[in-house]
Amino acid sequence: MRQMLDYLKETPSQTAGPYVHIGLAPGAAGFDIYKHELGWDIAGPNAKGERIRIEGSVIDGMGSPIKDVLLEAWQANSQGIYAHPEHEGEVEDGFRGWGRIITDFETGEWGFDTIKPGSVRDAKGKPMAPHISLWIVARGINVGLQTRLYFADEADANAEDPVLNLIEWERRRATLLAHRSGEKGGTPVYRFDIKLQGLDETVFFDI
Amino acid sequence: MKPGPFYQRDRQWHAPAKTPDYKTSVARSPEYSLISLETTISEMTGPVFGHNDIDPLDRDLLSNYAKTGESPIGERIILHGRVLDENARPVPNTLVEIWQANAGGRYRHKKDMYLAPIDPNFGGCGRTLTDENGYYYFRTVKPGAYPWRNWVNNWRPAHVHVSVFGTAFAQRLITQCYFEGDPLIRQCPIVSTIPDPEAIEQLIAQLDMNATIPLDTIAYKFDIILRGRRSTLFENRMEGN
Repeated sequence: MRQMLDYLKETPSQTAGPYVHIGLAPGAAGFDIYKHELGWDIAGPNAKGERIRIEGSVIDGMGSPIKDVLLEAWQANSQGIYAHPEHEGEVEDGFRGWGRIITDFETGEWGFDTIKPGSVRDAKGKPMAPHISLWIVARGINVGLQTRLYFADEADANAEDPVLNLIEWERRRATLLAHRSGEKGGTPVYRFDIKLQGLDETVFFDI
Repeated sequence: MKPGPFYQRDRQWHAPAKTPDYKTSVARSPEYSLISLETTISEMTGPVFGHNDIDPLDRDLLSNYAKTGESPIGERIILHGRVLDENARPVPNTLVEIWQANAGGRYRHKKDMYLAPIDPNFGGCGRTLTDENGYYYFRTVKPGAYPWRNWVNNWRPAHVHVSVFGTAFAQRLITQCYFEGDPLIRQCPIVSTIPDPEAIEQLIAQLDMNATIPLDTIAYKFDIILRGRRSTLFENRMEGN
């Protein structure tokens, strides 16, 4: 009998569909059910560092904003520490580093408040530029798309970032940069539009 | 020895991004190749949830939106299983969230205009944490099939949407659970986005008579497998020395 590898296979992904809000953001679907919906406070009140707001839209291959997207964000605190037992160091009480964001049904705009993350080192100990990991699901997306948001005003760190430098084309690296676009109530706003397809398509990662 | 990077995701097992029979995917699929990334701490970590985040009743869709003394109409089912990784190790304390239509195929969502009625005692969402063995369960009603605008006469098989976190952002997964024996499964363009028939089988919950509660609730079993990780045997050789 031949040797067998006894690994299991990963459960295959399927689209989140148009009604993803029912499960992950029921308030937006139009009903209150949970005492506490998850994912609306990424940094918490005690987080140190610069408070920022990030806004954007997700654009399809026809140039139209997608109005039924759900994004999740994952980021380190301002010291570059993740709120996870595998990452050494402490985060501020209430700092989760994870958020869930949905687009407006009418405009397709999304936004969230957080703090600017600090630099984190990669597996070889090389510092990565400040970034926020994003995961995007929607109707028509079969497997969630992974990307990273970097900050255009961290040009020196971005130039040395080992992940950005994996991308052969300068023009494609630029798709991962969020740009300062004014402020709201004294909080700086960064703009990050995600293009799913076509010219200036956002870089997506197989992580 | 400590856990290292995740096994590469098998992108020939998962659906490709562009699957034209599922029409919405055509304009929502990237055209350029994904950039492959060796996992860093940014991907090997992910949010942690605890019992403070959710209510134990959140797993019971038979009661979590029902008026006192009432319950939703439909086939009462237990949907249960384990969350494991590709090494067959349990994934404990991880958040599993589900959502679904009611017994008539109608979603409680302001964008769903299907003429089948809303059930006043059914919300359609639930969430739970796996226990120390990776086990989870929900009580709910079996959802109905429903029509959708793709081809003129497309009907989704009965399904429950399932979202799982695992321990890392690299394991984040949303999928759909179907039910054994449903003839609509093989006709569905969303199911058929998955190229390998064996992979489709992995999304079909099996009738589980052993887990039914006699004279009360029938049961289906649905195990969820998340990406496994290598062990870093030779961590000091990271630089190739």
